[in-house]
Amino acid sequence: MYDFTYRRPADLAEARAILAGDEGAQPLSGGQTLIPVLRARLAMPAVLVDLTALDELKGIAAEGGRILIPAATTHAEVAASGTVREHCRALAALAGGIGDPQVRHRGTIGGSVANNDPAACYPSACLALDAEIRTDRRRIAAPDFFSGMFQTVLEPGEIVTAVSFPACRGAHYEKFPNPASRFALIAVFAARLAGETRLAVTGGGTGVFRWHEGERAADGNGDLSEAALDEGRFTGDLHASVEYRMHLTRVMAQRALAKIH
Amino acid sequence: MATISLEVNGKARTLDLPDNTLLIHALRDHLRLTGAHMGCDTSQCGACTVHVDGMAMKSCAMLAVQADGRRVTTVEGLASDDAPLHPMQQAFHDNHGLQCGFCTPGMVMIGLDIARRHARPDPSTVRAELEGNLCRCTGYQNIVAAIVDGAGRMETRP
Amino acid sequence: MNLTASRVKFGQSVKRQEDGRFLRGKGRYVDDMILPGQLYAAFVRSPMAHARITGIDADHAASMPGVERVLTARDLVAAGLPPLPCGWAITSRDGTPMKVGVRHALALDKVRYVGEPVALVVARTQAQAKDAAEAVIVDYDDLPAMVDVLDAMAEGAGLIHDEIDANCAFDWEIGDAAATEAAFAGAAHRIALTLRNNRLVPNAIEPRAINAGWDGSSEELTVYMTHQNPIGMRMFYAAAFGLAAEHKLRMVSPDVGGGFGSKAHNYPEEVAVTFAAKLVDGPVKWTADRSEAFLTDAHGRDHLTDVELALDGQGRFLALRVDTRANVGAYLSSSGSLVPTYMYATMLSGQYAIPAIHARVRAIYSSTCPVDAYRGAGRPEAAYVIERIVDVAARELGINPAEIRRRNFIREFPYQTPVVYQYDSGDYEKSLDAALELAHYAGFAGRRAESERHGKLRGIGLAAYVEACGIGPSAKLAKLGSGAGMWESAEVRVHPIGTVEVLTGAHSHGQGHATTFAQVVSDRFGIPIENVSVIQGDTARVQAGTGTYGSRASVGMSATLRACDRIIDKGKRIAAHLMGVDYDAVEFDDGLFSSKDSNVTIAFAEMAYAAHAAASFPTDEIEPGLVATSFFDPPEFTYPAGVYVCEVEIDPDTGTVEVASFCAADDFGNVANPMIVEGQVHGGVTQGIGQALWENALYDADTGQLMSASFMDYGMPRAQGVPDYKLVFSGVPSPSNPLGMKGCGEAGAIGAPPAIINAVCNALDVRHVDMPATPEKIWRLCRQGKAG
Repeated sequence: MYDFTYRRPADLAEARAILAGDEGAQPLSGGQTLIPVLRARLAMPAVLVDLTALDELKGIAAEGGRILIPAATTHAEVAASGTVREHCRALAALAGGIGDPQVRHRGTIGGSVANNDPAACYPSACLALDAEIRTDRRRIAAPDFFSGMFQTVLEPGEIVTAVSFPACRGAHYEKFPNPASRFALIAVFAARLAGETRLAVTGGGTGVFRWHEGERAADGNGDLSEAALDEGRFTGDLHASVEYRMHLTRVMAQRALAKIH
Repeated sequence: MATISLEVNGKARTLDLPDNTLLIHALRDHLRLTGAHMGCDTSQCGACTVHVDGMAMKSCAMLAVQADGRRVTTVEGLASDDAPLHPMQQAFHDNHGLQCGFCTPGMVMIGLDIARRHARPDPSTVRAELEGNLCRCTGYQNIVAAIVDGAGRMETRP
Repeated sequence: MNLTASRVKFGQSVKRQEDGRFLRGKGRYVDDMILPGQLYAAFVRSPMAHARITGIDADHAASMPGVERVLTARDLVAAGLPPLPCGWAITSRDGTPMKVGVRHALALDKVRYVGEPVALVVARTQAQAKDAAEAVIVDYDDLPAMVDVLDAMAEGAGLIHDEIDANCAFDWEIGDAAATEAAFAGAAHRIALTLRNNRLVPNAIEPRAINAGWDGSSEELTVYMTHQNPIGMRMFYAAAFGLAAEHKLRMVSPDVGGGFGSKAHNYPEEVAVTFAAKLVDGPVKWTADRSEAFLTDAHGRDHLTDVELALDGQGRFLALRVDTRANVGAYLSSSGSLVPTYMYATMLSGQYAIPAIHARVRAIYSSTCPVDAYRGAGRPEAAYVIERIVDVAARELGINPAEIRRRNFIREFPYQTPVVYQYDSGDYEKSLDAALELAHYAGFAGRRAESERHGKLRGIGLAAYVEACGIGPSAKLAKLGSGAGMWESAEVRVHPIGTVEVLTGAHSHGQGHATTFAQVVSDRFGIPIENVSVIQGDTARVQAGTGTYGSRASVGMSATLRACDRIIDKGKRIAAHLMGVDYDAVEFDDGLFSSKDSNVTIAFAEMAYAAHAAASFPTDEIEPGLVATSFFDPPEFTYPAGVYVCEVEIDPDTGTVEVASFCAADDFGNVANPMIVEGQVHGGVTQGIGQALWENALYDADTGQLMSASFMDYGMPRAQGVPDYKLVFSGVPSPSNPLGMKGCGEAGAIGAPPAIINAVCNALDVRHVDMPATPEKIWRLCRQGKAG
């Protein structure tokens, strides 16, 4: 790792001030992605601003038929949360399947959505459920938030503070894990929201996306096998070709839908 | 440089170390607790697993400064040299759950975490929970048996 | 305290004596050590697969904070450090010696694989060493990468080593070409197959590590290195590199965190670090990170093979013809020439009586990491060839796979194969029957139907393997090209109070020598196992030995037994004096010297004291003390064998292969400790499943970059992907050593890959699928099946 200065602000205001005052400052959340990146000397932040200890970013709450998951909430906390399970069991299950137990004890929802790894789990739930990503300065609807692989609309120094999900009991997350990394080779978050089917796909390679044609097919005859799927959403690599990823998308979506009652 | 105070295996420790020191390096190089091992660069092998505030974490994916004010338990903290093995350690011994020993401290520490979260885990639960720990020697079968056995012993321990 | 309670027998599942310290976090691995004045090394590595080095500018790096030294190949060559040797001489068909590409510890004029070390930085801290290594500027003139054997063999391909034509290290053959051809000409059936044995990364969880320095007080060069054969390495470092005289070089391998062959080799990095340590004021430490391990730990396998089997009308094997192109990587590693020849082609008879065999092996250089021994080392490649072609033959001739094997088993021992080896003992049909019973083979149709009801495809696969272990008979090995004897030594030291130290040149890296060697002693002397220490891995304590690899611990345990017998013999001579009886009348049994001619009995511990007190026997006739040494050189190899049956269930929609069950019936001869042996099989089978389903060292054909260079991209077996294994041992003792052992360390990795692939082919009803049987590959086959 290159040298950096570690800062642990006392509150969100201090975190904002540090990030605003130093271009080389970067937020550090659970660190389950960032720290391996630093170890590989692939990033050189001058300052790391640790957000995990901020009380303002903790404490899952139900509010008006929605669940508010503050950014520093770990995957393990989401998976175990009675509130989350009650309002959206699929979301708890998704969180309980991210990485491994050790990663779930440290990795956070805020870090995951801000990082927007094209094979990460959370972004698919955000997109399928019309989540709202809250930051220290605004509220952003999920479709507007994720802007490409490892890219979001977050401005420099902007801090994700929470993600708000609607309650959704008819949802399921189906993941086909990469045999090596165990990240999603393809995973689909399926949800029935306001009488409509939502399908969000992660692992395709270019970033999370909604599969609208699949949704229409699901709401039509229910057969996804012929629904159009944009090849441009997918990339091939040593683990899977574009064609196979597209096929898996159909299979995972179909399986996810079958588990929604 | 940072000065941190933390509790390691029940003892209060104060360390001066560079901000970019990983927790595993603080444990291994500064405190000379070499039970946690480094087996990869991508935080996937789990040989570095320790407990922070009672939960299993990968000490290679955490900065030492992030452990400031927290309680860290390493495999060395489970039983002193002259004390009997902890029931989970004993279960690894009895079930031949280790060969070269390198992944073993991480396996024992995740085993304890599994036992904490599942009262009587079945083998398939244990296999799923070992997602973050690689072993190249044992083929896992005896590790799984050891954790199932160890969790049972911990439940029935007076 | 009841000491007799812990007297153990050879053959008992004794719990491991070494577990406690590992479980308490007190194992001691090389990276755990920080020596006074510790310096750290970091390597500058080639980012290119194949390129000429046109310049190295290390001036800035050398001036950076904390930097003690920057070394390049020029420094090594100027100091007269010779290139790395390949330890096994192979002669080509045309009588010419193999062509060894010159490999310096740091690349001299050219780099030949991604990750090849080019320069070495020594600094006060690891971070300083890494910073300076990044600042070394190397200019390269890019050359085309050749990662596949077919690319490296292609007409007009560039040369990896300018002086070696056609990138061919050797073109070697074994067996009788004419007899094989004749048998094929008259055969009723000829079955042919082309297959690849995929390249693997060993991935012991402990990475390679070294800490070397001059010890001013002992005036020795002291090298701590994680290695399977520290005593052999001392000889190499002294004789081949002149790094120190052998008696002034202490090599220590403390606990070794897994090896699987990858820590039995002689690597350039460790040589460079040791060389550097002599130039600087303080010990130099280097621990590979996982990326370095992926790029530079010698890989395994990587064969492309055409195989043909000739059969008569009754499905009896008449002849086998094999043409293998072995990708040896950029250089011939320590045993890089041995593995694809005498470890491989000599095993092609499998468990079968095949009258004629001919094999041709071409060893081809490529711009990839060198290939060397990895768990099984040649024998998995052979078992895969024979067990795949036999399965294809069964399929095409409409014979049940168990039946075709049964029909062709070797039934009389010793059996001389057409390819050098003479199998010592075995009962292959017994293993087959045991495996079939364990697997409920007869009930497979029902299980397949049940899988079908859930939309899954179920397949069953058999594999029968045999391997040569217990290496080895030194004179025979020398005839085959070995440059070193491969006996093993043991020194048994009995202390005056009756505790015992065994010093062995074998070196455990997970096999539990501290238990199994102690079992031999406890059993033979009738003393508690706690009273026995096993000393290994330090040349300051153990003087002679050749290490642990190739399932050869039986050789060291046999040496231990012999040394124990020498102790007992001396004890009998002393006892004769103490009892006043003839030597011939003294017996030793169950820890007690006795005689029918005397009512005096002497316990082992009493004898130990008497031997040191030296008061009761004439010391001009019998010297005091109770120490014995044995150098055991086995008369023959041993030949473990077994039959594996596995069932897979395939999800045709995703191509996922699940190993539904795996049963193994192994003949390891006598086993020292069934619990430990089971553990060895579990681990070996898991590595075999890994090879068959997930593991693949994949280089990009254009750039020569290793694509699967981390645990993110290289599919390691995890707990969730493998089943509980069912094992049974049906041992026929080996006549090749006094304990009747055959060896068990590699069996699983040899037998599992063909068993899995045979099951996959059975499930899909296809002729062949190359390893690894990844989901996408299987999905495509399922889709073809549907379409066809």
